[in-house]
Amino acid sequence: MPDFTSHLYVFILAAFLGLEVIRRVSPLLHTPLMSLTNAISAISVIAAIELAGAKETTLSTVLGTIAVAAASTNVIGGFMITDRMLRMFRKRKP
Amino acid sequence: MSGLLAILDPDEQAAITSAIATTTYILAAVLFVLALKWLSSPSTARRGNLTGEIGMAAAIVGALLNHHIISYEWIIIGFAIGAVIGIPMAVFMPMTAVPQRTALSHAFGALAAALVGTAHYFLFDLQHAPPTSLIMFFLCLEVLLGALTFTGSLMAFGKLQDLLPTRPLTYKNQNFYNFALLAAAAACAVTLIIHPQAWWLFPVLLLLALTFGVLLILPIGGADMPTVISLLNSYAGLSASMMGFVLDNKLLIIAGALDGASGLILSIIMCRAMNRSFTNVLFGAFGQVQTSAAATDKKSVHATSPEEAAQILEAAQRAIIIPGYGMAVAQAQHKVRELYDQLTRRGVEVKFAPSPAECPAT
Repeated sequence: MPDFTSHLYVFILAAFLGLEVIRRVSPLLHTPLMSLTNAISAISVIAAIELAGAKETTLSTVLGTIAVAAASTNVIGGFMITDRMLRMFRKRKP
Repeated sequence: MSGLLAILDPDEQAAITSAIATTTYILAAVLFVLALKWLSSPSTARRGNLTGEIGMAAAIVGALLNHHIISYEWIIIGFAIGAVIGIPMAVFMPMTAVPQRTALSHAFGALAAALVGTAHYFLFDLQHAPPTSLIMFFLCLEVLLGALTFTGSLMAFGKLQDLLPTRPLTYKNQNFYNFALLAAAAACAVTLIIHPQAWWLFPVLLLLALTFGVLLILPIGGADMPTVISLLNSYAGLSASMMGFVLDNKLLIIAGALDGASGLILSIIMCRAMNRSFTNVLFGAFGQVQTSAAATDKKSVHATSPEEAAQILEAAQRAIIIPGYGMAVAQAQHKVRELYDQLTRRGVEVKFAPSPAECPAT
């Protein structure tokens, strides 16, 4: 039985941290930040990996493999798009 | 390292790898916080993205060390497919298309969350050891958020890519139908929480959530889409967090909560920058069906020089130029300046009104 109370504490504290950390984001960076949070939201890849590798049932392996593919698309796409955007900013400001 | 592991018995090996996995998860959580912090300031932004990448790599290494994994073939196949889709999506992308590619990339992440939730539900021995109501609560929320974000993001992508009509699509009592659908999904979820064995309700819940995602985005116009993508981001983060509650995994909870909170605050900041109220963006199309209908006919693009454009605009006394994201990525600021010079020379008063949410130059 997972310890839901301590999970809830972790959840609330992390949420506040998220609010505080980006509250003063420069408007210049709205779009790249959107893209970075997009990449981080694919953290479910770690759960997908376990499903695809544990081979418990056919259904879980199939769904897990599709989930690994989808989440890694998100991870790769998200970080690469963010990087391309940020590289462009630097070029414009010599 | 492997030599050391060989002399230990399997239990000790498992304990060591699980300790390494936990350490990489903690490292990943710290790196994600730093990534977000550094990305909110221009001078550290690139370092922020790199930090995020290292964090994600650490998380994936930790996941690969999991002792439940007995074979890596399907994981490798999954990664290969992800790379085949993800890399071209990012490389062959015009910089003007960033918002819709983010939306598309988002649809994939949300799909993963919904699939993982579904797989976990059906892994439970529903007859003999059904999941507790508390686990079902988080599981239903995870699947609900994941599924609606999946179709919602696809809709946002379609609208921005001009595959779907960009204008808000509204009909009578729209908000009523949307809430009715959400209520039906909630009823499904509550029933599943009370009776986890009712497995046939699970696909129904999925279907309702997928439909709700489509209906949620229908009434939202193309200009508000970046805000909505950020909000969908927040939903996907929350979905990952709920997954963390189900799986007893704190990294999922932390990364998901960080993402959920920052996505939410970012969409509020973007609304404020555009002088839009947050509720207006979400429910704004309600009751104003006619306003945007006229602007929906497809107009072709006219290529022209600053001089020609100035001649056309000469008839006006005052002109307002609204530089947006498109001008910035096309690096057209010099052309815009030429147009400005030409117009002022002809005695036209020119003002600039940059779109703050869209134009990185402001």
